[in-house]
Amino acid sequence: MNYVILGAGPAGVIAAETLRRTDPNGSVTIVGDEREAPYSRMAIPYLLADNIKPAGTHLRHGAGHYDKLGITLRPGRAARIDGAAKSVTLEDGGKISFDKLLIATGSRPTRPPIPGIDLAGIESCWTLKDAAAIAARAKPGGRVVLMGAGFIGCIILEALHARKVDLTVVEMADRMVARMMDKTGGDMIGRWCERQGVKVMTSTRVTAIEKSKNGLRLALDGGRHLEADLVVCATGVAPNVRFLEASGVKTEFGVLVDHHLASSVANVYAAGDVAQGPEMITGKTEVHAIQPTASEHGRIAALNMAGQPTHYRGSLSMNVLNTLGLVSSSFGQWQGVPGGTMVEKADPDHSRYLRLCFRDDVVVGALALGLTQHVGVLRGLVQTGIRLGPWKQRLMGDPNLVMHAYLDRTKGLA
Amino acid sequence: MQKSLLIDPDKCTSCLQCEMACSFEHEGAFNPAKSRIKIFEFEHGRRAIPYTCTQCAEAWCLHACPVEALVRNQATGAVEVKEDVCVGCKVCTIACPFGTINYNQSTGKVAKCDLCGGDPQCAAACPTGAITYVDSDWTGYERMKQWAVKTDNRPQA
Ligand SMILES: Cc1cc2nc3c(=O)[nH]c(=O)nc-3n(C[C@H](O)[C@H](O)[C@H](O)COP(=O)(O)OP(=O)(O)OC[C@H]3O[C@@H](n4cnc5c(N)ncnc54)[C@H](O)[C@@H]3O)c2cc1C
Ligand code: SF4
Repeated sequence: MNYVILGAGPAGVIAAETLRRTDPNGSVTIVGDEREAPYSRMAIPYLLADNIKPAGTHLRHGAGHYDKLGITLRPGRAARIDGAAKSVTLEDGGKISFDKLLIATGSRPTRPPIPGIDLAGIESCWTLKDAAAIAARAKPGGRVVLMGAGFIGCIILEALHARKVDLTVVEMADRMVARMMDKTGGDMIGRWCERQGVKVMTSTRVTAIEKSKNGLRLALDGGRHLEADLVVCATGVAPNVRFLEASGVKTEFGVLVDHHLASSVANVYAAGDVAQGPEMITGKTEVHAIQPTASEHGRIAALNMAGQPTHYRGSLSMNVLNTLGLVSSSFGQWQGVPGGTMVEKADPDHSRYLRLCFRDDVVVGALALGLTQHVGVLRGLVQTGIRLGPWKQRLMGDPNLVMHAYLDRTKGLA
Repeated sequence: MQKSLLIDPDKCTSCLQCEMACSFEHEGAFNPAKSRIKIFEFEHGRRAIPYTCTQCAEAWCLHACPVEALVRNQATGAVEVKEDVCVGCKVCTIACPFGTINYNQSTGKVAKCDLCGGDPQCAAACPTGAITYVDSDWTGYERMKQWAVKTDNRPQA
């Protein structure tokens, strides 16, 4: 069997390793368009903060890891695929044929359509190349404006703060990390950042950027302005699907995949940030551009490609974030579900917060601030759908008993 | 034969000797807050459950790690944290559905049970036999595995 994987990120690499284990005789090729050895974007913030060297971002560390497994890394960028002919055409003109193909091309950063958005000095923070460009300009005391305080923005915020820059965050939504935190939690994070010397401007849009005498000048709605030496743009990402336009592979936001990670075209699968697959609780298809989903997608797609039919229950949105020492996390349907109930307990003085969302006596989503111990149990509760029985009422009184509820209902059998 | 921790909550008196031994072994100080095994008390201490990682076969933490900082020790079967590789991203702490790998804010890394390299100090310290280190076949390990399967992505039976 001849397996070809497009994209050498976590989804692609984990799929390749799983294919090798499952089908020892198959040929496995990964086509990747980045120069570096396969790495995790997730580790970039720690490189920016000077905690690690570039090699510290690599997905695998053993010398000759891919060679030893007989996985071929082929530099190149897929230009189009032909499902009927079972071939991929690369931008360099090369052609590769496949029996089974995995699309694991990830996503790319997007920028808002405002005047001046492509000027020099405005960087996205998505690749190792981007990180090098930011590191070169983000000098201690330098004026840096971060556009976007979403999940990725907030992770970069931490790294920029570590570089001791003079940092201002501009966010369109009414709070920080609006897609992973409610108003209570988002505002606590915002106040926490302000206390550490970061200027936070929520409900604010950048409307234009122009060159100024010594840097960049950003116009904000409401007539205000900001000056910056560097603008870091973290305003969103979109799946890399454009090369699939003529392929017949059905896409919406990402590549639509079913419970086996199969696309609409036979023998073609998709995994990771590029895939729009079933969500665990609602059953709707969603793009969950997170590492745990990339890793699960990669493994399960590979099992299916190698002829081991494996059903995927669906991905669970989950994030953990450290904003200047304040750890927050979110799981599943934290906005609640129709007909469900929820309980919240906030302690703003100590930046602690916990919200649990239920359907009947089952946890379907959670938010936590200031919680670092046993936080994974929140995933366990959502994923296993454990019925809480009498604990539901107790948790409505004090959600902080969640670990006790979990242990009592499972009898400590991890 | 690989060995596992066998935990019998009925025997636990919540004396916290295991937490003391664990923190001393790993942190060099008697500090239950830093222990990788935790005693959870119910009904004002009348009942207690010792809780730690079962080194589950699924190894959710290991698969979620972006930089291969979690590795299985082939001799003991424990999943261990390579502190020099861990970047402290905490993704493993939300990926583990049992909540048994935790972020340590003072080191900026995560910590979990590593079976002390094959000589678990919690078991050695437990005076009542609530925690023992026995051949994996004996431990109700099968039951634990069943439990782990329930959280897997496979459809539930
Ligand atoms: C700064 C930053 C911090 C992050 N932090 C977290 C975090 O804390 N937690 C979390 O869960 N997630 C985080 N993420 C998101 C996480 O990195 C992604 O979800 C993950 O990388 C997805 O893996 P993937 O393999 O699907 O895609 P990618 O890692 O994007 O890999 C896809 C690869 O395919 C290549 N490619 C694209 N098009 C083509 C083509 N046509 N031909 C060949 N190759 C192609 C790309 O260049 C890339 O190398 C972070 C991301 C960034 C940028
Ligand atoms: S915190 Fe460390 S061990 Fe855990 S996933 Fe991140 S890098 Fe890996």
